[in-house]
Amino acid sequence: MLEKVKELREKFSEKLGAAADPQVLEALRVEYLGKKGSVTDLLKSMKDLAGEEKKEFGQQVNILKNEIAEAIASKSEQLRQEALEREINLMPEFDLSAPPVLDRGSYHPITLVQRECENVFRSMGFTVEDYSEIVTDYECFESLNIPKHHPARDMQDTYYLTNGQLLKSQTSAAQNAIYKKYRKALMEEGKPIKAIFPGRCFRNEATDNCHENTFFQMEGVMVDKNISISNLIFFMKTMLSEVFRKDIKVRLRPGFFPFVEPGFELDISCLICGGTGCPSCKHSGWLELCPCGMIHPEVLKAGGIDPEEYTGFAFGLGMTRLAMMKYGIKDIRDLNSGNLKALSQFTQDC
Amino acid sequence: MFLSMNWISDFVDLSGLDKLKLIQQFSLSTAEVENEIFMKGADISGIVCAEILSVEPHPESQKLHLLKVDCGKGEPVDVVCGAPNVRVGMKTAFAPLGAKIGEITIAPRKLAGYTSNGMCCSEAEIGISDDNSGIMEITDDIAPGTELKSVYEIDDIVFEVDNKSLTNRPDLWGHYGIAREFAALCGRPLKAIDTADLTQYSGLPSVDMKIEDPLCYRYACIQVENVTRRVSPVNMRIRLFYCGMRAINFLADITNYIMLEMGQPMHAFDSRKVEKIRIKRFDKPFVFRTLDGEDRNIDENTLMICNGDTPVAIAGIMGGLDSEIVDDTTRLTLESATFDPVSIRKSTVRLSHRTEASQRYEKSLDPEMVVTAVGRFLYLMNESDPGTKIVSSLTDEYAYRYPQISFGFDKKYVDRYTGIEIDNATIVKTLESLGFGVKNTGDDFTVDIPSWRATKDVTIKADIIEEITRIYGYDNFDVHTAESPLYPVRISAEKNVEEQIKDMLVKRFSLHEVHSYVWPYYDEFKALGIEAEDNIRLVSAPMAIRKNIAPTQLCQIKLNSAYAPDFGIFEIGRVVDGLKEDGLCNEKKILAITLFSKVDSTEKLYLRLRDIIAVLADDIKHQSVSFESIAPSHSWQHPRNLNSIVCDGKKIGEMGLPYPSIAVKIDKKASIVYAEIEIEAFTAVEALGISYEEPSKYPEIEVDLTFRSSVFAPLAEAVKNAKSALVRRVSQADIYDDENGRAITMRLVFADNSKTLTREEVTEVTDKIIEELSAKGIALKV
Repeated sequence: MLEKVKELREKFSEKLGAAADPQVLEALRVEYLGKKGSVTDLLKSMKDLAGEEKKEFGQQVNILKNEIAEAIASKSEQLRQEALEREINLMPEFDLSAPPVLDRGSYHPITLVQRECENVFRSMGFTVEDYSEIVTDYECFESLNIPKHHPARDMQDTYYLTNGQLLKSQTSAAQNAIYKKYRKALMEEGKPIKAIFPGRCFRNEATDNCHENTFFQMEGVMVDKNISISNLIFFMKTMLSEVFRKDIKVRLRPGFFPFVEPGFELDISCLICGGTGCPSCKHSGWLELCPCGMIHPEVLKAGGIDPEEYTGFAFGLGMTRLAMMKYGIKDIRDLNSGNLKALSQFTQDC
Repeated sequence: MFLSMNWISDFVDLSGLDKLKLIQQFSLSTAEVENEIFMKGADISGIVCAEILSVEPHPESQKLHLLKVDCGKGEPVDVVCGAPNVRVGMKTAFAPLGAKIGEITIAPRKLAGYTSNGMCCSEAEIGISDDNSGIMEITDDIAPGTELKSVYEIDDIVFEVDNKSLTNRPDLWGHYGIAREFAALCGRPLKAIDTADLTQYSGLPSVDMKIEDPLCYRYACIQVENVTRRVSPVNMRIRLFYCGMRAINFLADITNYIMLEMGQPMHAFDSRKVEKIRIKRFDKPFVFRTLDGEDRNIDENTLMICNGDTPVAIAGIMGGLDSEIVDDTTRLTLESATFDPVSIRKSTVRLSHRTEASQRYEKSLDPEMVVTAVGRFLYLMNESDPGTKIVSSLTDEYAYRYPQISFGFDKKYVDRYTGIEIDNATIVKTLESLGFGVKNTGDDFTVDIPSWRATKDVTIKADIIEEITRIYGYDNFDVHTAESPLYPVRISAEKNVEEQIKDMLVKRFSLHEVHSYVWPYYDEFKALGIEAEDNIRLVSAPMAIRKNIAPTQLCQIKLNSAYAPDFGIFEIGRVVDGLKEDGLCNEKKILAITLFSKVDSTEKLYLRLRDIIAVLADDIKHQSVSFESIAPSHSWQHPRNLNSIVCDGKKIGEMGLPYPSIAVKIDKKASIVYAEIEIEAFTAVEALGISYEEPSKYPEIEVDLTFRSSVFAPLAEAVKNAKSALVRRVSQADIYDDENGRAITMRLVFADNSKTLTREEVTEVTDKIIEELSAKGIALKV
């Protein structure tokens, strides 16, 4: 009888070796360990034996049964591993060398520069104000101490509308409203007026690569009890260093604007050469950047603020010029062109 | 304006000082100096005076002559010269061997076979005028061999000041005023200007002159005879040339010289043509010929100088051709005057004719200069032409005087305004050096503003701050922050909305932000067949302000139609929606979006736009949007698929398609859709908070129901009417057309937070929905 066990074992071993896929293996398991399988048959034949022989035979068959079960399990695992490896080897290496598809949108360069400036000024406690594009003569000129006969009020420079209003020629046109908005908090709570107001301005002039009739400025004002020229220089230097992300030098020259006294032209050390002189700064080491000054007493008065008690400074940054400087835009007309070949290049600025 | 350091040095001693540094300081303290500084005379050396001893014709050349010249070397020098004006006995500028003109060093040179040992020079060649018609003629008594630079002011430093930076400083339109600034900057005294004593002529008859118009502030004149000199002294001509003016003749040159020196324009008339000077305007327009030969239209607002009733000059702008000095003029009448600056500027604009005189008058010249200028004229004339004779008294009418300005301020005011410490002595010294009268007791100051600063420039205390600080130097300021308290800064709701919209549209929907002009794009509109609507208009041009941005964007889409097969643009810009009750423009800020696609159908693109708007509302406001079909109000709108956008029950904008004929002109094969949303209305929509829902622990059940319907609205309506709390989400899973028409698959997601839903509970709800729709004739497709 033990011969039969030996025979079965040898036969199984042979068949297991030939089993190459899970289906064949399963059939083999049924053939040997199934209810009608060969091992089961052997166990059934035990009833014809007795005594030591029966015990011996029983042990041997059980051993065989376990051996077969283990061998099948092990072979099954082996086949699973082999299948996995085959699958892995079938996976190709993907080609990443083609240009990626970005499908991205773009911000207008003015938006990017404006956001950057706004963030700097906000971090220093300035509110960001919005103001209309169409303003009154009072807002744009009279409240800013610009006399009736001043050349800036001439028809040929300013876009007047048939109802007597005009397209604002400078962001300073918002000054009066800002003073009136915050004067109460200034006088009653001692809160200084610190505000910037970016906006679109219009001047009636022929356009070419450096002249536009529609452009952006950003005005800023600060009013409190003891605001001085020294403070003006400090704030301009600090804020411009932040905007340009490097330590820049500033210098003031006298400049005449009716709404400030004294008025200044502010130059910054050349961004390209740092002040040693290069073609960008016409070898002067300086770039003229923005007009500024101490707010004229008449302008404060028009805003309902007593110039004997309060002083302040104001400045006007040319956002369009800043954007052109920052990105090396050579033709100012590109900005309003709507031409996506130019404009789609301005994604988030880091 | 060009300025000569030699001229400035007439009035302030600058010896021993670094002049280039001074000019730089002037630029930082007074007015902007252009970058290029001209070192006049630096490019020539060794030019001497030479006398022509003999002139022989050149045997080989018609033009050339063989000269022997005395250039102070003892032996005559042989020179070949091609100038037409050579003659024996003439003295000229001569470049001997070794002299330099520009890059060239003079060396012996063969001209048509004869050697020239030097070169006779024209004025242009040595850079003192633009006259290149012949060699320079020297009439002054100079010995041959004398270096010309030792006699004439050929060496000079000339710089240019930006005229724009002088608009508020009438006193800086001449060298004398500039010299005053230099004197203050270097702390040296300003010299007085030499003038003739005019009182000596008071016994002579006066000129018949009368101001008949308040636009003339002051008018002074005097008559002169026996002017024999025709050509101005060399140094005067050099200065005029270096400062950008051409020498004309002696009389014209002195008037120009005084204008460049004092800033006071003057004019010389032939006395025969101005026997009865009247200054007035005319009731009717007429044509007047100015001395440049142009006929100019004069209107009733233009002030004229007249001889009785005959106009002879446009006041402050230009003289007339008929009253000009001519060869047989024996007696001239010299005018020095000031006029209303605004009137001069307006006349200049009307005539489109700006002159050296008018640009000075516009700046509000000091009338006190008028008589000084006459004195200066007579002084200069007499110096160069001693035989002249004054034949009238100074006739001077001073009709309008600017008020004398004086006011006080204290040290505390200066400290507060400057933020630095400037001591009292420095304040006094600075103001006095600029010609201000100063009284100082303790910390109190009183200033008298000098006449040349009192016509408009200095009127208030803050102006004094500028005078003190600019001379002190802004570079010398101690810079420090303000002591103001700090407060948190809030971003306004509208600003917040705008920034979020921009970020969403750029980053999530890949749209491109553009800018555009606020007026219709007339030419582009015409090409696309878009009607430019009338609205509030510009005065200066036949243009209106736009009512919408969408038509502009259609033009921008056309411009970019080859940019990509599928793209979108947006702008937050402004439009005018008519006038408000108070007559002011009803300005609105609009978000305009236009999408273009050659890939998607118009319907698909329109739905994409709907989803963009819904996402904006959902993300920024946590609100949903709905759409209502509306009728077109503009000819560029497609009458179909025009919808108002409603959010939180309020209309916030519109979306639609361009009119078909316009769309075809943009691109035959493309789909184009647009939307306009009012920023103010969108900002006003209440932003809902996040309404958090506990996630169900039990599985959700998804049910798809397909109905025969052309629109989704009744399906949504039926779900709403079923009023079941179990319905968590509704969406459109599919839409398709077959032979029986359109079918829409609605997907419903059911859930219950407290238990696992049974099929029966779900069916109860879906049956209700099916039943309601069936009653409306919308069948379930099985």
